[in-house]
Amino acid sequence: MITLTDFMIVSAALFCIGLYMLVSKRNAIQILIGIELMLNAAILNLVAFGKYDKLANGGQVFALFAIVLAAATTAVALAIILNVYRRYKTIDPGEVNKLKD
Amino acid sequence: MTLARVLFYFLSFIVLASAVYVASTQNLVRSVFIFFVTLFALAGLYVLALADFVAITQIVIYVGGILVLILFAFMLSGRETLNTLQQQKSSMLNIGKLPALLLAGLFFIVILNVVLKVDADNLVWVKQAIATKNVITPNALVTDNIGINLMTKYLLPFEAISILLMIALIGAAHLSRKEGAK
Repeated sequence: MITLTDFMIVSAALFCIGLYMLVSKRNAIQILIGIELMLNAAILNLVAFGKYDKLANGGQVFALFAIVLAAATTAVALAIILNVYRRYKTIDPGEVNKLKD
Repeated sequence: MTLARVLFYFLSFIVLASAVYVASTQNLVRSVFIFFVTLFALAGLYVLALADFVAITQIVIYVGGILVLILFAFMLSGRETLNTLQQQKSSMLNIGKLPALLLAGLFFIVILNVVLKVDADNLVWVKQAIATKNVITPNALVTDNIGINLMTKYLLPFEAISILLMIALIGAAHLSRKEGAK
């Protein structure tokens, strides 16, 4: 029997690894991967708690919604990254410091 | 120690180890490919939490969609990306990474404290669900129920998601068009 606490500890560790990537990386793609890790930690919690909701399936349905939202976020973020690369020739977020005009 | 528990420890070890590798490696391409492993092992964890439909969706959307997108962005953004990576000093424990490590570690301690204090297995609604047999068992047919619920109880969020997906689609297409092309 796997308890809820086990799942929550794994997802907490995953969240903190994502947080570390988010803060320390100097590359927009790696920051995006960090965000994906944090989102996956949240989805793991939703799924683990969704086990105790057989009739309404709240956890699992919203886990599906979160996955779809992550896909949409990634698509838009990658379009932004490509645009930034075209303009600055780098994707280091620390060096992107000008507005359009 | 049941088989499910052994599998759980095995899969969570793979998830955490590969995530640490993704966070610490200097090679961007390798970190993207190891991220595959993390997502697959996470799908295995979802199966262990008795959410097989979510696990399949994870594989289809994350592994099939998002990772391919990330690889595309990586390939389209050229050589300078790699150069900036290699200029960074190697080893995870140099002084520039220390604040990030400290932040992540302290955050982990805080979350761990909360998790252990809240004692999720003895929450009132969880106990109630167990008492009223509202718990998903390994032989239950969950996917049918998800489909029915998606079209009845969760119809409004479903439609909101569809509108948001359309907005994201149009936004991404608008962002990535050529500059000055009217």
